Amino acid sequence: MMKLKINGTIQEVDVDPSTPLLWVLRDTLGLVGTKFGCGIAQCGACTVHLDGIAVRACSLPVSAAVDGEVRTIEALAKPDGTLHALQKAWIALDVPQCGYCQAGQLMSAAALLEGNAKPTDAEIDEAMAGNLCRCGTYLRIRKAIHTAAAEINGGKA
Amino acid sequence: MNKIMNPQLSRRTVLNMSAGAAGGLMLGFQLGGSQEAQAAAGEFTPNAYITIQPNGRIVIMAKNPEIGQGVKTSLPMIVAEELDAAWTDVDVVQSPINDKLYGMQWAGGSQSIPQNWKTLRAAGGTARAMLVEAAARQWKVPAAELTTADSTVFHAASNRSAKYATLASAAAKLPVPDAKTLKLKDKSEFKLLGTFVTGVDNEEIVTGKPLFGIDVQLPGMLYAVYEQCPAAGGKPVSFNEAEIKAMPGIKDAFIVEGNGNLAQLAHGVAIVGESTWAVFRAKRALHVKWDETEASKDSWTSFTAQAQEFAKQPKGANVVVAAEGIDEAMNGAAKKLKAFYSYPFISHATLEPQNTTAWRKGDKLEIWSPSQIPGPNPPVFSAHPFLTGTLKIAPENFTIHQTRIGGGFGRRLNNDYMCQAAAIAWRVEGTPVKLVWTREDDMRHDMYRAGGFHQLEGGLDANGKLVAFRDHFITFTANGKSGTMGAAMNGAEFPINVLPGKAEVSQTLIPLKVPCGAMRAPGSNVFAFVLNSFLHELSVAAGRDHVEFLLEVLGEPRWLKEGNYGTMHTRRAADVIKLVADKSGWANQKSLPAGHALGIAFYHCHQGHVAEVAEVSVEGGKIKIHKVTFAADVGPIVNLAGAQAQAEGAIIDGISSMMHLKLGLENGRIQEGNFDQYNMMRIHEAPPVIESHFINSEFDPTGLGEPTYAPVAPAVANAVFTLTGKRVRSFPFMEEFAKTGTVASAGNKSAS
Repeated sequence: MMKLKINGTIQEVDVDPSTPLLWVLRDTLGLVGTKFGCGIAQCGACTVHLDGIAVRACSLPVSAAVDGEVRTIEALAKPDGTLHALQKAWIALDVPQCGYCQAGQLMSAAALLEGNAKPTDAEIDEAMAGNLCRCGTYLRIRKAIHTAAAEINGGKA
Repeated sequence: MNKIMNPQLSRRTVLNMSAGAAGGLMLGFQLGGSQEAQAAAGEFTPNAYITIQPNGRIVIMAKNPEIGQGVKTSLPMIVAEELDAAWTDVDVVQSPINDKLYGMQWAGGSQSIPQNWKTLRAAGGTARAMLVEAAARQWKVPAAELTTADSTVFHAASNRSAKYATLASAAAKLPVPDAKTLKLKDKSEFKLLGTFVTGVDNEEIVTGKPLFGIDVQLPGMLYAVYEQCPAAGGKPVSFNEAEIKAMPGIKDAFIVEGNGNLAQLAHGVAIVGESTWAVFRAKRALHVKWDETEASKDSWTSFTAQAQEFAKQPKGANVVVAAEGIDEAMNGAAKKLKAFYSYPFISHATLEPQNTTAWRKGDKLEIWSPSQIPGPNPPVFSAHPFLTGTLKIAPENFTIHQTRIGGGFGRRLNNDYMCQAAAIAWRVEGTPVKLVWTREDDMRHDMYRAGGFHQLEGGLDANGKLVAFRDHFITFTANGKSGTMGAAMNGAEFPINVLPGKAEVSQTLIPLKVPCGAMRAPGSNVFAFVLNSFLHELSVAAGRDHVEFLLEVLGEPRWLKEGNYGTMHTRRAADVIKLVADKSGWANQKSLPAGHALGIAFYHCHQGHVAEVAEVSVEGGKIKIHKVTFAADVGPIVNLAGAQAQAEGAIIDGISSMMHLKLGLENGRIQEGNFDQYNMMRIHEAPPVIESHFINSEFDPTGLGEPTYAPVAPAVANAVFTLTGKRVRSFPFMEEFAKTGTVASAGNKSAS
């Protein structure tokens, strides 16, 4: 048994310690918002936060998450359902096409904004380059991150 | 659109809607139970698309698979427009698969909008007419005096109004009017269509709700992987069964006999276990002895060598478009150009890997699959013939549920993954099984966008007018008779389609065992590059401005004969070319920043007329695309948000595919397996600006997912030539550009 802290809740899971965190989230805990895309940390669809840092859950053994706090897309909004500024911007600017990569995009963007309240285009590109969007929503992603940053900064873009 | 995503359709309604009925689309057929039952429930379900509930919510069915092209939003918008429903009152629900109720239920060929336009307008208009009639009877006024807006009927003269919900019971008792008597809106009266409406699933997507095929979770569910021979057509002889079965979490492992159709069930080895990770790990430990007697030996190296030999002939044996006297015209031309173009095989690489969940209960099978063709039609792609023919399941004993789909691009027109999951679940009776492909499975067992080679020849007269054009297309065949899927020309390609008697197309067919399929704008996604790059070579050789040259090639305004899913009109073509030239500053290129250049291209496919201009520079030996401007005539825009998204996505996809993508193919094996070897475009390479211009023409609307893809590659290629004098004639473009390219021998660089 391993104890994990996922989205603020302690979860006990009985899995092989080498199991990637992704499959513990999806198959063991039923948190399927985090997506499988490549399995080798190349596409970013599985991005979650481990102690506030964006990590690729497909390549992170669950044992590495034992002492940390994991946050997934399911907990990007507040527990009362209030959406994160990024989620609001994603909806309003109609960022998703197929939507499959967007959980990973949002988790990467959220980690970016936590460390950089007002990123430039170049900083956005650098932080988001690990997240593929096969549908090509990149222009809207960039715009939505700026919009969310402005909202977080109290309307001061 | 409110966030209520799980409206309470009555059980009776759903049962009736799923029950089917005699033939055709269900306009005019009562679905919501008997009229009395509807009225008693205060509900109104005039057809398979609409239920008006007593609480004021209006449920509209989304009939077609959502692959990111936005039809779950745009198709219901068409219904809501003619119904005059307030969009905030609407709850969209994905419809069941039922071809008797809903007609075509597939996502492909940019056909969702054009094929459903009339039906969905009539569905909304029927309901509206009945609600109006109900109010007229209630108020004892002529229906002609009534108007509708925001889910409400109004009588201005008496200052009365009634919400649709309050009229539902009365409307449910009325006869359904003949669709022919409906007065639909004039396009100028549209209120909802053409506006920016955000996707109905957006909130669920951004909060990580289970929506996709891969997210399906069922009680006691097992997981499966499927190992196919790395060379298409190979057959497993044996595998390390004992070792695999002894691995942790593994329940079973077995050889599956294919049915001879790679688009249905290839031979393979299935492993079933308790988690995705358990089966993925077992798959890595799997050692299969393959019988490759019948397997592919295809080799790109060999294909290239063969093509270069074939290209020595101006004409292939398979003449697709004949042009009598082409040899004389070519010989008599004042200037003659020849060029050889090529492009490799590429993969669809949908971000959601192929998957399907299936559950056998006795002689019944239930399936949840992210398929672009979940229904029975068209049968050549559908999984239904496999389920009935190979697994021998009676049609009434299987159900296929639609899920949201993590990218289509044509990959999921084929249902091989669904057939595999069905075959595995049929054996693992009583327990649901989710089959998930690894990324490597996905890249190595695609239905590929075929590579190809073109030997082109063009002739100009003394005035620089195009007088002869020929394309010897060296392509692939699976059946020995015709070009494989997405790799056959038919004469509908611009400019061949506007040069009758002056353009010849012939093909040489090379046998191929690797399966190919439709990929976003099949054929057009490469023909546009080849033909419109060469057209630019000709205008450069003629010393002509390319816009002027294109307009001359189009000739007089006219409809062309039936071609690729519809006809091209040369006036619509000229209009988008002129519009994009105007908006991109084509006539004023001197004001571009130093080191920047423009390129333009036009293409028509899937009924869409699109011209695009790319602005490029070269920095540090790499091509940088600063801006793409496009003008499209696809009739009136249904959802502006979706339309712009489709165009932006298609343009980015087009650039991504041309710049870097290539699959190696040797000894029947695709060489690449994952995204570390297959460099799809990332955010920093995306053009920072994509400017959209839609001509809302008088024609009925057509699709956008594909026609906006085709012109971008030649627009970029032509801009790169204008800037550098290097004519890059093959993909991946960036790699070929780095090899220096070929500096053009003819023409004036400044006259692009």
